[in-house]
Amino acid sequence: MAVREAQQQPALAQDRPIVEVENVTVRLGGRPVLNDLSFAIYPGDFVGLIGPNGAGKTTLLRLLLGLVPPSNGTVSLFGHPLTRGNHRVGYVPQHQTFDETSPLRGRDMVALGIDGFRLGLPLPSQEKTAKVNRVLREVGADAYADSPIARLSGGEQQRLMLAQALIGDPDLLLLDEPLANLDIRSRRDVVNIVCSVVRQRNIAVILVAHDVNPLLGSMDKVIYLAHGRGVIGTPDEVVQTDVLTRLFGFPVDVIRAQGHILVTSAEEGGECHA
Amino acid sequence: MPEFLQWSFMQNAFLTGTIIATVAACVGYFVVLRHVAFAGHALSHIGFSGAAGAVLIGIDPLWGLLAFTLSAALAMGLLGDRLEGRDVAIGIVLAFALGLGILFLQLYTAYASEAFSILFGTIMGISRAEVVTSLIIGIAVLLGLGVIFRPLLYMSVNPIAAEAGGVPLRLLSALFLLLVALAVSEAVLVVGVLLIFALLIAPPATAMYLTPRIYPALGIAVVLGVLETWFGLIMAYYTGYSASFFIATAAVAAYLLVRLLVWRGVIGIRSTRLTAQPATADAA
Repeated sequence: MAVREAQQQPALAQDRPIVEVENVTVRLGGRPVLNDLSFAIYPGDFVGLIGPNGAGKTTLLRLLLGLVPPSNGTVSLFGHPLTRGNHRVGYVPQHQTFDETSPLRGRDMVALGIDGFRLGLPLPSQEKTAKVNRVLREVGADAYADSPIARLSGGEQQRLMLAQALIGDPDLLLLDEPLANLDIRSRRDVVNIVCSVVRQRNIAVILVAHDVNPLLGSMDKVIYLAHGRGVIGTPDEVVQTDVLTRLFGFPVDVIRAQGHILVTSAEEGGECHA
Repeated sequence: MPEFLQWSFMQNAFLTGTIIATVAACVGYFVVLRHVAFAGHALSHIGFSGAAGAVLIGIDPLWGLLAFTLSAALAMGLLGDRLEGRDVAIGIVLAFALGLGILFLQLYTAYASEAFSILFGTIMGISRAEVVTSLIIGIAVLLGLGVIFRPLLYMSVNPIAAEAGGVPLRLLSALFLLLVALAVSEAVLVVGVLLIFALLIAPPATAMYLTPRIYPALGIAVVLGVLETWFGLIMAYYTGYSASFFIATAAVAAYLLVRLLVWRGVIGIRSTRLTAQPATADAA
């Protein structure tokens, strides 16, 4: 299915797209995980990547990281073909557990974002320490950066992971489910930090989430994925009954109440009668 | 000079013990960090079969150790960096290798003492040539570790981000296991196959309870390993009992003592922020 480009192209002509995905299909084990997907993302875009489990969200991020090749179509980053290990891309993987028995300071983990891929010993330098301190302040993690990561809360760990991804000064930030397993307050904090980082640095971010609600008011665009197909546009354009019904191929109701959006279905609840 | 150091066998024991304790502690830091203790354990036992095979064909057991542990490390590395199912695969290879080892020993019944020394170490019987060999292997391992240190650390704490950043996980994982194989082969000389964890796991695990900093943890692990080894050698000299026993005992005692003191809050890692963030009024 062709993807609807509901969004008007930005009026500013000097803004060349950071990400351009054209008619991309990704097959894993013969099964299409992403199907004929097209979208473009520009500097300053806060993009929510929303969809149920198995919709292809993580695959889309792995595609942009160059870890999964497209079977069809083209992907370009910053106007060039994809490469793996592109240091203009910052990446925070899905939540991982840190082990209490093998402690490491948050600060040391963040520093690995500068040159962790390079051979040799990680030797401290004033320049590096200053850089680490700067990014720790930017995400508000300076107060606990000397504690072992395993001792920190989920929200604090998420800020440190964000700092690690930001320290290489990326132009594109990919965040895989940073809000999972967080309480409401930490979710709000993480979204606010990401939002202010995107605005101040004028970079683009793709934030993967299950639910649109925590991102309402912050995100500029939403990519809604289902069964490997997707729709992109502003939240108002995409999160609509007719658009999502077409995407899911199933009657979907979008209910807006008190600034929240509920995506549900009249047919939800099953039809198992006695 | 203390009396026990006047003997050349004791000098050799101290030199080799110090080299091996240092190397084992540094490699062990990553073994603990990467949760591959079982792979380290398996490598030492697979090494036993190699050593027994070497004795059977009449060459230095060290070469048998190296041949078996290095090939086993390579095989484990090719299994990849994914943990699922790896312990099972390692366990199966280990069972086969130990079976071979028993066969080798049976075929060469003349020297039961050889088996004993492989299993429990022969630190008091080290020649000057063997000191040099362990020094060369030790330097090679530390240099190798120094080269892959940073990406290895990155992929140990954040494998997915490291992979996305261009770190070749599988290659580095295999290279690291080769370094573990070399360190284990060396350490078998001192503490034997059965007590390998005394030098490889206990000192770094103890150090990590004391500090979350990388180099201080490495430093503490090395100092602990070396002191425990010296203690074992001195005790063995004066009592006549096995040095391996005293080294293992000291290593376990230090570990338990540190855990006890950390648990009682006497020493250990303190969080810079001890209290939770103050709750704000807008709980909604």
